[in-house]
Amino acid sequence: MRRVRAVLLGVWDFVVGDDWRTAVGVVLALALTAVVASAGGSGWWVMPPAVLLLLGLSIRRAAGEGVRSGRRRAGEALHGRRSVGRG
Amino acid sequence: MSGAEIGLALSVFLACAVEAVEALTIVLAVGTTRSWSSALSGVGAATLALAVIVLALGPALTSLPIDALRVVVGGLLLVFGLQWLRKAILRASGLKAKHDEVEIYAEETEAARAAGLAVGFDGYSFTIAFKGVLLEGLEVAFIVLTFGANQHDVGLAAAAAGVALLVVVLAGVAARAPLARVPENTMKFAVGVMLSSFGMFWGAEGAGASWPGGDAALLALVPGILLVAVGMVWSLQRLGRQGAAADGADRVRVRA
Repeated sequence: MRRVRAVLLGVWDFVVGDDWRTAVGVVLALALTAVVASAGGSGWWVMPPAVLLLLGLSIRRAAGEGVRSGRRRAGEALHGRRSVGRG
Repeated sequence: MSGAEIGLALSVFLACAVEAVEALTIVLAVGTTRSWSSALSGVGAATLALAVIVLALGPALTSLPIDALRVVVGGLLLVFGLQWLRKAILRASGLKAKHDEVEIYAEETEAARAAGLAVGFDGYSFTIAFKGVLLEGLEVAFIVLTFGANQHDVGLAAAAAGVALLVVVLAGVAARAPLARVPENTMKFAVGVMLSSFGMFWGAEGAGASWPGGDAALLALVPGILLVAVGMVWSLQRLGRQGAAADGADRVRVRA
């Protein structure tokens, strides 16, 4: 059971990576494209803005995390504490 | 060769070259410090495992109905491509450390020496080389399969991967050192743009959309995504410079 869980977690990590929100966004955008296309529209216009939005939000989250961890490391250095890990 | 086929070959070549450079660093580190024969056995076993994965999943994927294949594979490629592109943008803008093959080589060499020497077959060298090649190769196998299946040309994708592997191995043998001068981030940037563009194109087609101009829409999607990504790097670098300037002004104020 533990092995199956490890394999599933490995597959999840391999495909989805460290930003599951982007993966969910891609699925929702494709679903919206399918809805628009089945209603008779061309549907192509859904994906480009959705992809740009998802990329922008993902970068924003990652940049925010980078700034936060940078501040944490700077604070630790200021107070003479050792940071754990490579950062 | 059509535009889509050129895109397929180029994307697979670049992705495979980048991953091969990373795998080569690991194999070189264990090979030079411990045992070449055991490290090369690990490389052979991992290559065999990757070939089995491609041979087993390739026909299964290509037998799927084209729309189902395109929506599933396009979606997966898009998720994968956005991950590559996000990391490349963060690296190019200085918010994430760049891949340093020399540093990785030094770390792997130190770890290999610390593991203690073995007599005869060296399990450490075999395992590290096997894991390195398999893990780096899985991403390439995924790209070969998804691109190849969508274009119904797994052979072309596999050939592009094979050529990239050959080029990197020959360069590694000639240099006898990690290939530190390969512009890995630029190559990852290009792969991220290609995977995202092709993923978006195929995913939308599979979901029932029809692109204006058909395949020619890719000629707008690829440069469009590239421009946006370059713009994001530029604005992140600008924000970083503004933040650094504000930090400097704060420090001056505190000292005053």
